[in-house]
Amino acid sequence: MSARDLSHDSSQGLLEVRHVNVSVEGRDILRDVNFSIKHGEFTGLIGSNGAGKTTLFRVILGIQEHASGEVLLHGEPLTRANRSIGYVPQKVLFDPDLPIRARDLVALGSDGHRYGLRRRPRALHEAVDEMLDAVDAGAFADRRVGGLSGGEQQRVLIAHSLISRPELLLLDEPLANLDPGSVQEIIALLHRVSQRQRVAILLSAHEMNPLLPVMDRIVYVANGHVASGTTDEVVRPSVLSELYGHHVDVLRVHGRVLVVATALPVGPAPNDQHPEFVVE
Amino acid sequence: MTWLFEPGWWANGTVRTALVVGGIVAVTSAVVGIFTVMRGQSFAGHALTDVATAGGAGAFLAGVGPLLGFVGGGVLGAGAMDAIGVQRVKGRDIATGVVLGAAMGLAALFLFLSARTSSATGATQLVLFGSIFTVSPSTLPEVSWLSGAVLVTMALVARPLLLSSLSVELAAARGIRLRAVGLIFMVALAVAVGMSAIVIGAILSTALLIGPPASALRVARRVGSAVALAAGLGVLATWVGVLLAYDSYYWSASHRSLPVSFFVVVVIVAEYALASVLRRRTRRVPTAVVEPEGWT
Repeated sequence: MSARDLSHDSSQGLLEVRHVNVSVEGRDILRDVNFSIKHGEFTGLIGSNGAGKTTLFRVILGIQEHASGEVLLHGEPLTRANRSIGYVPQKVLFDPDLPIRARDLVALGSDGHRYGLRRRPRALHEAVDEMLDAVDAGAFADRRVGGLSGGEQQRVLIAHSLISRPELLLLDEPLANLDPGSVQEIIALLHRVSQRQRVAILLSAHEMNPLLPVMDRIVYVANGHVASGTTDEVVRPSVLSELYGHHVDVLRVHGRVLVVATALPVGPAPNDQHPEFVVE
Repeated sequence: MTWLFEPGWWANGTVRTALVVGGIVAVTSAVVGIFTVMRGQSFAGHALTDVATAGGAGAFLAGVGPLLGFVGGGVLGAGAMDAIGVQRVKGRDIATGVVLGAAMGLAALFLFLSARTSSATGATQLVLFGSIFTVSPSTLPEVSWLSGAVLVTMALVARPLLLSSLSVELAAARGIRLRAVGLIFMVALAVAVGMSAIVIGAILSTALLIGPPASALRVARRVGSAVALAAGLGVLATWVGVLLAYDSYYWSASHRSLPVSFFVVVVIVAEYALASVLRRRTRRVPTAVVEPEGWT
């Protein structure tokens, strides 16, 4: 089975992922992954833990070894650490003893890769304040990042990755370990930022429901394969069954989507009588 | 003030050399130490002093300058740790342990051979516990330019090193060459601990590398102020240590000076205790956060 790009739109995208394969120590992590991301769009990268979402981000960032295929930005092959791509990694934990204030971390998003100790220009300080305000982090700008809550750290990290004015922002599981209120706040914030700054967002999550109101497109990862398109195009029994390699149903209940799989047979149970269980 | 500054203090050349060399080494150790503590590489820092010890003992045996031995040994150790895998967080402790074990074995051999081939029974004492009062004024230029090289290197890599200390993923995404930056830091660390091993001894150089930075990190809110504070605390500990060791000659009728390293470490520990108290104080005071209108 090959990966499917279900969108019928053939216009030039911002990012094109073509025929990407990754294997680590002989094990295939991703197989023939194809999808594209368009300017200013909000794309959800959905898949369960271990599906290869982080690996896919690392491929896009050009820091994943043993990867084949192409990643094109504006139709050009990506160079390592492109400034047009911002990245918020998964599970960043800052030590409370680190003498780094929220505003210092944001400033490092602009000059953290530079060698030498040049004095930071006034324009950078202004840009830092602007970014902190854009993510509603002005109130704790002068506190140590290690002492902030998970949701607050997430905002500061978003400001850190946005200050270099990327065209694409990658966020790896930014909603994991946040309380439901913070989840809604971060999603609203990202939606607002993507529209105001015209930055495309690729956000990974194992739960798609909180993202349904804001997602323009979905990239669904399962079993090392990917299907992409609008939510209606992808989240269908036929598409997801092919992706998972066995039959799944898609239930819509109270505006929520549930992907329900049939269990693999245990023991000599007849194949046509699988009990059902919910995977998502 | 004679009760504090005993006779001869101001005119003593040995004391002056000790203060100058000790001060330079304390500043260098503090700057490197801030990053060592932030990166969680205290163990590697300590191991490198033991590797430097082996180098120092080897130099003693070969009859070459001790500074060359200490620094050369440390740099070789840093290279070995990098080759084994210090750049991976998981590999760090293993690489450090392997190199540490090998170095201690070599140091034991060199010290054993030194004690047999020469009458240098003081070799062990010198190499392990240092000898700030036996530092020759002629080492001052060497210590100065080595320190200068370390400080310039640290200034060059400061920001990439800081970002990679915060998060390797953030740093890698910015295109920072993690391994190169990590190796440059390890070499700077090796040179710094090699120098401080000469001044206060291999065993106690860890105290100067880790103590003042750990104290500074408890209270400082910015990297710049943490570095400045750590340097100040390190210099203070070294100078007070030298002063008390000098004075201790007059404390007893037997006129035996107590070791300078002891006094340096006493001050470092006192500084850390004070910093911890200050930290707890500042934590108890609730920070007044003015909430903007409509904040929910």
